[in-house]
Amino acid sequence: MSLVDVEGLRKVYHRDSLEIPVLDSIQLRIEARDFLALMGPSGSGKSTLLNLLGGIDRPTAGRIVIGGEDIGALKSGALAKWRAQHIGFIFQLYNLIPVLTAFGNVELPLLLTPLSRRERREHVMSALRIVGLEDRVHHYPRQLSGGQEQRVAIARAIVSDPTLLLADEPTGDLDSNSAAEILTLLERLNVEHGKTIVMVTHDPHAAERAHRVLHLDKGRMTAAAAPARSR
Amino acid sequence: MKFVGLVLRNLWRSKLRTGLTILSTTVALFLFVMLRTLVTSLDASVDVADASRLVVRRSTSLIFPLPLSYKDRLAAVEGVTGVTWMNWFGAVYPADERGFFAQFAVDHETFFDLYPELLLTPEELAAFKNERTACIVGEKLARRYNWKPGTDVTLRGTIYPGDWTFTIRGIYRARTPEVDATTMYFQWKGFDERMAAEDQGGQVGVYVIRLADANQSAQTAQRIDALFANSSAETRTETEKAFQLGFVTMMGNVRGAVRILCIFVLSGFLLVAINTMMMAARERTREIAVLKTLGFPDALILKLVLAESSLLGLLGGLIGCFGGAFVLGGLSASGNAMFATFVVRADTVWIGILIALGMGLVSGLIPAIGAARLRVVDALRQA
Repeated sequence: MSLVDVEGLRKVYHRDSLEIPVLDSIQLRIEARDFLALMGPSGSGKSTLLNLLGGIDRPTAGRIVIGGEDIGALKSGALAKWRAQHIGFIFQLYNLIPVLTAFGNVELPLLLTPLSRRERREHVMSALRIVGLEDRVHHYPRQLSGGQEQRVAIARAIVSDPTLLLADEPTGDLDSNSAAEILTLLERLNVEHGKTIVMVTHDPHAAERAHRVLHLDKGRMTAAAAPARSR
Repeated sequence: MKFVGLVLRNLWRSKLRTGLTILSTTVALFLFVMLRTLVTSLDASVDVADASRLVVRRSTSLIFPLPLSYKDRLAAVEGVTGVTWMNWFGAVYPADERGFFAQFAVDHETFFDLYPELLLTPEELAAFKNERTACIVGEKLARRYNWKPGTDVTLRGTIYPGDWTFTIRGIYRARTPEVDATTMYFQWKGFDERMAAEDQGGQVGVYVIRLADANQSAQTAQRIDALFANSSAETRTETEKAFQLGFVTMMGNVRGAVRILCIFVLSGFLLVAINTMMMAARERTREIAVLKTLGFPDALILKLVLAESSLLGLLGGLIGCFGGAFVLGGLSASGNAMFATFVVRADTVWIGILIALGMGLVSGLIPAIGAARLRVVDALRQA
């Protein structure tokens, strides 16, 4: 059984009386430890698919089953709890909380767990060590470079050991060196830590790091899943 | 408890805005404490009145005196165990013309016997009784003017013209904080002798009588008024409480006016706090969306925003209420004329803090509900 099973997924947005179809007839399977890149022009529905996989948006039709759980059937509270346990989000603009230090930002998902203060500290330090920022623990986001901010965001995404990492243009706001570092980090998380990653990107170089690439256009898959490069 | 840090960090993210909001709450609650204390102090001035004391005055008006000859007839009334008398003096202290304090000419032999709530040492009382120009002053009044026993105090009469000099022979303490400690009492005998020289002797402002049984006050009052009915100086007898209440009601509906003022003041604070919380929540739309993405449930988001607004109210409330109590307590202790009888009650402070907390909570409701209902996808797209 696949980690992610998407069947007949359809998403329509309503704006006043207008119906705007964003995704249609999406079929998708993602195996555990996979690294998938989603590509396509702006407005093709990549981010919408990512949001649906992460349970922060609801499908109009179809089913999304992740780890055996039909997330479309979960109520709001249960979905939030499921998200906390199974999903790690990485955003293009990092979305760190400016009044919290790197430590505080990474600790946020753990506040929802029953872990003790000491256990939370151990987890946070471990995540920051993985992203190479154990010496930036007490720095605020404004005191970090873009690449460092994104690494803190990645630490936040992995700190609760989620089933699936969802990255929306993770290198879109970075210079080429920082982008390369982030992509290497994602590769390491996939290879060394066995994380399943779905990454939305416009950048073909970024997509090359994935095991396979899916193309979306006008809400539909336009090409069959194909490996970008050998594993 | 693990979310306290997050709430505090958010609260102090805009220090100036938070500081100004807390300041507005502080001012509002300070005013609340002051206004409520005004009402409770007025009430207390009535409540401290002794139920076993009756005040006998001229039926036509308080400004007309009663003859001294009534004292023996009053003492003979059934159930009466003590009689004293006094005159309102109403002079000005030239060294501080705007600093009002009450002065009474009192019968030196009986007055302090009927007012055991005014505490004097036997030596002070003896010194007061032995000298025609002796006076006793309250401890707050003495503190206000730095008066000591032996100090000569000269007053300028307004009702009774001329300069009147008295020597302080004692400083009385109030048995409870509600009892006034800002009054001057001097010997009626000396006052009467001077008035007799102007052919106005033997006139008493009011008599105060003590009853053996406070439950007999109505019957005794009727008996006294009947005794002097159809005389040239008919009396009106009432309990000391009713007598005091008459002065309070002269000021109009103070309680109603104060209540309306309190509502306006607190409403102003509420609007400021609502505005602050709405601005704070709107600024953090994206962050709230991120927290939800991380798995923070709607109910927790609602609680976090409410905790922040409540804390904002509570901080202002604590500073305003305790600050108010401290400042008013200080002014009262210093004998300041305006605040001398102000006693900030504990329930005023707690009610104020609860109001501040409640208003903080209410001010956070609209933004908290908005944050809880926020759709993550829309918020991330907008921001």
